[in-house]
Amino acid sequence: MSAAVHAAALPLSPRTRPAMQVSESSAFVEMTGVTKHYAGVTALDGVDFTVHPGEAICLAGENGSGKSTLIKILSGVEQASEGEIRIGGEVMTGLSPRDATAAGVLVIFQDFSLFPNLSVAENIAFANELTEGRMIFSRRHARAVARRVLDRIGVDIPLNARLEALPVAHKQLVAICRALACEARLIIMDEPTTALTGKEVAALLDIIRLLKEQGVAVIFVSHKLAEVLAVSERVVVLRNGKKVAEGDATEFDAASLTRHMTGRDVAEASPGAFAGSGETLLAVENLQKDGSFRDISFSMQTGEVLGITGLLGSGRTSLAKALFGLVTPESGRIVVDGAEVPLGDPIASAEARIGYVPEDRLTEGLFLTQSILRNVAVGRLAEHERNGFLHMRGLVDEASDWLKRLNVKTPAITAPVQSLSGGNQQRVALARWMSRAPRLLILNGPSVGVDVGSKADIHDIIRDLGHQGLGVIVISDDLPELLATCHRILVMKGGAITDEFAGGTITEDALSQKLAS
Amino acid sequence: MTGRWKEVLTRNETLVALVILLFCIVASISDPNFFTVTTLSDLLRASIVLGILAIGCMLVLISGGIDVSFTAVAVSAMYMTTKLSLAVWPEMPWPLIFTLSIGFGALLGAINGVFIAIFGLPTLIVTLGTLSVFRGFLLTFVGSDRISALPPDMREFSRMMIARGTTEGGDFYALPWSLAALAIVILLTAFILHKTMLGRSIFALGGSLESARRLGIDVRRTQFFVYVYVGALAGLAGILHGSMGRMADPFSLVGLELSVIAAVVLGGARLIGGYGTITGTLLGVALIVLVQNSLIVIGIPSTWQSVTIGALILLGTGLPAYQAKRAAARAG
Repeated sequence: MSAAVHAAALPLSPRTRPAMQVSESSAFVEMTGVTKHYAGVTALDGVDFTVHPGEAICLAGENGSGKSTLIKILSGVEQASEGEIRIGGEVMTGLSPRDATAAGVLVIFQDFSLFPNLSVAENIAFANELTEGRMIFSRRHARAVARRVLDRIGVDIPLNARLEALPVAHKQLVAICRALACEARLIIMDEPTTALTGKEVAALLDIIRLLKEQGVAVIFVSHKLAEVLAVSERVVVLRNGKKVAEGDATEFDAASLTRHMTGRDVAEASPGAFAGSGETLLAVENLQKDGSFRDISFSMQTGEVLGITGLLGSGRTSLAKALFGLVTPESGRIVVDGAEVPLGDPIASAEARIGYVPEDRLTEGLFLTQSILRNVAVGRLAEHERNGFLHMRGLVDEASDWLKRLNVKTPAITAPVQSLSGGNQQRVALARWMSRAPRLLILNGPSVGVDVGSKADIHDIIRDLGHQGLGVIVISDDLPELLATCHRILVMKGGAITDEFAGGTITEDALSQKLAS
Repeated sequence: MTGRWKEVLTRNETLVALVILLFCIVASISDPNFFTVTTLSDLLRASIVLGILAIGCMLVLISGGIDVSFTAVAVSAMYMTTKLSLAVWPEMPWPLIFTLSIGFGALLGAINGVFIAIFGLPTLIVTLGTLSVFRGFLLTFVGSDRISALPPDMREFSRMMIARGTTEGGDFYALPWSLAALAIVILLTAFILHKTMLGRSIFALGGSLESARRLGIDVRRTQFFVYVYVGALAGLAGILHGSMGRMADPFSLVGLELSVIAAVVLGGARLIGGYGTITGTLLGVALIVLVQNSLIVIGIPSTWQSVTIGALILLGTGLPAYQAKRAAARAG
């Protein structure tokens, strides 16, 4: 089941995958024995890396594997401690971002690094004009540059539009155009598909194919590899600063990629049906909210992990929020441990020891600029009060303990949460709720935007929470995730629960059909 | 086309222009003497110093920073120039006096620039500090006397008129050459902002500092330029102020900074950086000057000045912000 789950989750289409076209000698970028030490830590350890013109490479690796460091060195943001970098056959020493840009190596960051207050034309032409060393700015010249590049990839975006008014997919195109305006020969794309819908991803891949035909090489740095594997020739996997695998993209599938990235088989079996603890934890009766969900009744026992799934708009998120009082249902009852919980009152829900970890942990759950400690401690201030003062020691000890138990990799608990990777941020959000010793934990999309290894860890945590006697509700549209963690799965459609399956009794394909039918 | 009209109508510039128009209509109804060439030339003269300061301040806001020290820079540059000229060469010709004051201003601006661009300190904190330091230094070490015996050429400059005379109706008017200084500042700043890569980099900085850095814009050099330029403009505004007021008063100007920032913000510049227009800024200045000088005309006691300015800021900047928020909420 395990590997198959992942393979099925990341559909591969070898037919559309192009073959290697370029010979070894014509490499555009050649990095040999590149090593990088940061204050005692070796982030990159003797990595060889080559890029040929017109080639697309998937650079895979978990957070902290060294892929960001490699990209930073290649783009001149960081200097390698050891090793040689050749771009276009020329040895680059003391490579700066400007040198890299001049040599045709451009990075498109996840946030695109554009200027929201400037026009599309100016955003596209800016870098080009900087590298040309212009002093005088000409609107006409900027428009001409932008027009030329947009035509090159066959896209039409109004040149005068302010960037902030554009949808995300267009912003990304502007970022690509900006790189092309600088005569890019290698475009490095950091998480290019994260913010895009399926249709937009397809459009992006078409443009990537076009660029490759024009001889532009592309490196994808991504967690969602399946989407870009289709247009890639080669895959390079880093782990702990070392290159652990490299090969033709056809040699890899999602399961083998995961294995290389994590260094272990991420074998996730269904926990099977729930044995039953005999203790009813939660009973939901006839919960109803117009336009969101209707007639929702179910119950669960302590130690049970319950999955709720459904397509977007099926009411699953509203229901999750209603269970925690963030959405007020019109009628119905929620009973936890035999006591009724007032509807639409998150504080009462928290007092009933219900915990809710939101879907978009970045905007809904965490104070990103605040320290990890404060983020964990925020729900625990009342418990650590001593005569009106805050008992800091106890607070720090408790927070540290939870961070350790949840395996958060952190330099210091005083570091801001935004300095952590997505997976670790999710764990901090979890740690906050765990420290309140909840009876019922509602996890909405627990592994959205998390890399493969962390995802498996989060699943371990979820199963573990169940073993500890908590009730866990997992709300997700990630079917392999539900199959790997839940004792029981409820399917929602049009606001109502339409199906119920015990763990291990349904395959992913069957479940996905139930969802769509 | 309707979308375009809506955009024009919701811009700060339009709002401010409408308020000015309304103000003028009410004022000329309540006092027929308001709408005369005399009043107009008086208001214009009152806008010169404020206008130059506002344009400098706008540049800082566009770059994503804020400067509250420019009034201290202006008064220091003016007073030091006057003292120096009186001590060394009282007959100093006015172009040299002006150059000196602009130089002093640029020098003080460079001090801001060092802290902000080189050491990377927050702009508000740096300029709050230098506001106090510059003024304290001036009063302690340079002098605290009001000097009315200015170098002759400084006084002379304020008497040089582009046009002066009396209209047929008997209204006296005078347009001093200091107005040309404002015009030059407007043209120069417009050129820098819209026709040079430096100017576009200032906008880029305000739009996203991190992106600017990644793109290879020399952030430090650009920021340093901004603060030196603002200092130079403050030096010019200071010497104009002294010359037009026929007195070098080390206690003047400081305290005006919030009115200037108010004018700039009213004109549509955003405190988060990246946005601001010269037209808007000048309209903002016009409105502030109108309120400061002519509120009494429409029957509002002058003690209500600051209340009115405050209310205008809340309305003029709050309304578009509220509209934007509502639009964002609707868009989901």
